[in-house]
Order: sequence, then C-alpha cells, then structure tokens
Amino acid sequence: MNKLLDIISKNNDFTTAQLAAMLNKSEDEIKAQIKELEDKGIIKGYKAVIDWNKVEDADVTAIIELKVTPKPETGFDDTAKIVMSYENVESVYLAASSRYDLIATVKGKTIQEIAEFVSKRLSTLENVIGTATSFVLTQYKGDGIVFYGTDEEEQRSMIL
Amino acid sequence: MIDYSKMLNNKVQQLKPSGIRKFFDIANEMDNVISLSIGEPDFTTPWHVRQEGIESLRKGHTWYSPNRGFLELRKQISNYYARRFNVEYDPEEEIVVTVGGSEAIDLCIRALVQEGDEVLIPQPSFVCYEPMTKMADGTPVIINTKAENGFRLTAQELEEKITPKSKLLILPFPNNPTGAVMRREHLEEIAKVVEKHNLVVMSDEIYGELTYGKERHVSFADIKGMKERTVVVSGFSKAYAMTGWRLGYALGPEPIISQMLKLHQYAIMSAPTTAQNAAIEALKHGDSDIERMREEYDMRRRLIVDEFCRMGLTCFEPEGAFYVFPSIKISGMSSEEFCEKLIYSQRVAIVPGHAFGDCGEGFARVSYSYSLKHIQEALERIERFLNER
Repeated sequence: MNKLLDIISKNNDFTTAQLAAMLNKSEDEIKAQIKELEDKGIIKGYKAVIDWNKVEDADVTAIIELKVTPKPETGFDDTAKIVMSYENVESVYLAASSRYDLIATVKGKTIQEIAEFVSKRLSTLENVIGTATSFVLTQYKGDGIVFYGTDEEEQRSMIL
Repeated sequence: MIDYSKMLNNKVQQLKPSGIRKFFDIANEMDNVISLSIGEPDFTTPWHVRQEGIESLRKGHTWYSPNRGFLELRKQISNYYARRFNVEYDPEEEIVVTVGGSEAIDLCIRALVQEGDEVLIPQPSFVCYEPMTKMADGTPVIINTKAENGFRLTAQELEEKITPKSKLLILPFPNNPTGAVMRREHLEEIAKVVEKHNLVVMSDEIYGELTYGKERHVSFADIKGMKERTVVVSGFSKAYAMTGWRLGYALGPEPIISQMLKLHQYAIMSAPTTAQNAAIEALKHGDSDIERMREEYDMRRRLIVDEFCRMGLTCFEPEGAFYVFPSIKISGMSSEEFCEKLIYSQRVAIVPGHAFGDCGEGFARVSYSYSLKHIQEALERIERFLNER
C-alpha cells in the first residue's frame, strides 16, 4: 500500500516537511503526491477522530443489515444509492454474506428515531426483503484508534 | 548498629550507579512527562511468538531446560546467525542461551578477565562493560570515539591504547547510545590490530538487526580470522521486541563457551523455559516481524534527525539501533544541565550523553522507540524549549 496514505490515515498532524523526511522524499514531491491523491479522489477529506463514548448527548449509532433482491444489470447498486443518499447514513457496504447483502451504519438522536427510519425508509424500499438492526452500546475502537481502556499508558520502567 | 559498609564488598560499593537513574526519578515524580529515554522497543512481542509462550505453559512445560538451553533453540540460533549474518556455530558446543544479552556479557567478561588484564572499552557505550570489568578485577581502558568519525572506533584509536596488558576488546556496534555502526571495511581495520596484538573480542551485536540503509550489519566473527577469537553476544530483546522475556545468547569458540557455561550453570542454571519455547517460534517465523519493525524505526529515525537539524541540534546520522545522539553544544549548557532544564521546563525526559562515558558530554541520547504521535509531541516541546532561550 502507498506508504504516505498509511501514515496520514493514522495521523494527519505531520507537516509536509516531516512527511518528506520520513519517506525520504523532497517536500515538493510529497506536496505533489498529496495533490494527486486528492485530485484522483483517493483522499476524500480530513476530519477529527472523536471518541463519542465520552461526549454527552452523543448520537445513537446503529448497524443495519439489509437483505436485498438484486436487479438485473445493476445488482445491488441501485438500492445502495438510495440508502446512501440519506444524510443520517454514515457508511454503506456491500457484503459477501449468506444472510445479508448491504450493511449500513446510521446515526440518530434516539433509538426511536433510528427505528422509525428503518421501518419507514429502509424496509419499505422496493427490493429490500428484510432488515436486522443492531444498536451500538460502546465503541471500543474506531478508525484504527482504540477508545476503550487505554487512558493509562503502561509504565515502561527499564531505562538503561 | 551494623556497619554495612564493612559488610559489603568494596568493589561493589565503589561502582557508580547508572547515570540514567536520576532522570528516571525526576520524571517519575512529575505529571505529564513525555519521555524519549527508554532503551527498549515500544512494540509488543509479535502475537505468534506470544502464543508459543502460552502454549508452552498450557502444555505444562514448567521445568528447567538443559544448562546450555534447549538443543532445538540452539539449532535455530545457529541457523539464524548463518542465515542472517553468514557465520556458522555448532549448536552442540559453541552456543549458550542466557538470561538476556546482559548475562552473556557478564559471563564473557568473567570467563576471560583476571587481575591485571586490561579491557578496551570504546565509549560512548552501554553502561555495563566498565562495572563488570571492575568486578572481574580487570582494568577498564576507555577509548573515546568521536563525532567526526561517526562515533566509530578507528584502528588508530585502538592502537594508541594497546599495552602489553591489553586482553579483551569490547565492540559495541550497532551502538547504544550513538547509533553508530561499523561497516565491513571498518571492522577489517580493527581486525588487523586485534590479530597483531593477540586480543580477544566481545562483539555486542544485540542491535544487529537494526541497521538502516542498504547494507546489513556485519558480524565481527564474519571478518577473516576473527571467529576463533571472538565471542558474539546477542539476544531476542531488540530484534523481536522481547525484552521482558529475558533471553539472550553467546556464540564463540568451544574453549571459551565451555568456561562461560560453568559460570552460567552455577549462577543461573538455565534460561527461562517459556521464553525459550517462544524464541524458537520467533527464529522460525519471525523474519518478517523484524523487517516490519525496522521499517517503522527507520521512518521515525528520519523524522527525528530531520527535525533536530532544523532546530539547530546538530545530529550525526545514526545508522543503527534506535537512538539519536544530538549535540546540544549550541545551547551553551552541559548535558546534565540541558536535560535537567528540559525536563523541568517542558517535561521531556532524555538522557545526558555523559551517562555513557565522559566523551558523551555535550550530547544527549534520544530514543525513538516510541509512536510517531509521541515523538511528534516531544519534538514540539523540545523546540519550544530551544526557542525559550
């Protein structure tokens, strides 16, 4: 995998000069690479990673599996497009599973709000023949960062 | 009242405690200290290696191993040194498995050195060679390596310190704390002096897997004629991130290893069984773990060297281990003062260079065995510290 993407996907706090040093390239090369990755739409944006467990009144998250009848020609894409068009839908995946075809993560103010969204918007879609909703209670890890139980770094005491 | 000073061995009482201790104690008493002072990998032992340790316990392998270590492990060590460093050792007679590389150093020095013998110790270097030499009634002869030579030992510097009493040369490369390495041509120059004066060599190659750039570490035993007069000391701590398992080894000529083995038998019995079983797995399937960790260290190394240079802390480029050794002379302070002010003012802990020998004065050891995020934060604080002045 692209080493630059590997680094900035974990931590985007580095200056281009620092990235250049780490990757043994010139700063101009790094700037050009980043621009290219942005232009190609590989880098879609930069955002903060938030541990929502710690935020009061944070949204509820649900993982919703959808069983979908594929259409000739377009398969699951048409349904996926409709699902992803909703603003409260955070991500949509096509899965290779025997039980479900699409998996979506959805945010809402309350459990009721999400329940309503699933029953009124998703399960009523033409090709959706079944849904299963799981509500998230605790997020242990997100975007490769551990959220749970790492406040205290283990003391490394050997110091020779 | 008992006068313990009369009870205790004088030689022990006269040993200086490690100079790093002081900073550790200061750091421990403060909050929000960010440390770049530790000399062990920040990685945890690869999972498949840990699993073998667990499996060994699950099977109830809770007994002593043979004194030399399990034959299977010695065979794997033999394969490993041949595979990675091109030197072959007989697993039956030329290898002893120890409790860390440190025990191997102790065994080697005690097996070779007696009263009146001079032990040649290049510095800056790891803190244990000098006290171990003194405990063996040997005389430490310090060789000060220089920044302008990339902290390598030169043949001339060695030659200048040779006397009729010279017996053992310590070769601590890749070097803690400077990150210096000795390439083949440098070792060949040293070998000539070693041969001419009939020295024996202890080559501490614990950082042998951590060299950067295209050329790999060259073992001193791989230099023509040197294997028969060299004890190689190494271990699993740095290459496989296995510090807490306490496992190392010594490789050398049978007549030396068999004497070291006696000391090991009486003092230690045998290295930990669980650790040995895990180490077999590390040697069999761990080459890719080494590469992965080395790549990560290399990236951090380049970042930290580049940033120090930008800040005006001159830094010779370290080619091995996981330390940089910047000159702090620009600050006008001594190493001790610099490190003390840095920790009080910005709460960053690094180690003053003189802890590794007098010639380390004017430098500081900075470990990059930390995550990029951690390093970045420490760098920002160091820069603030320099700007304050």
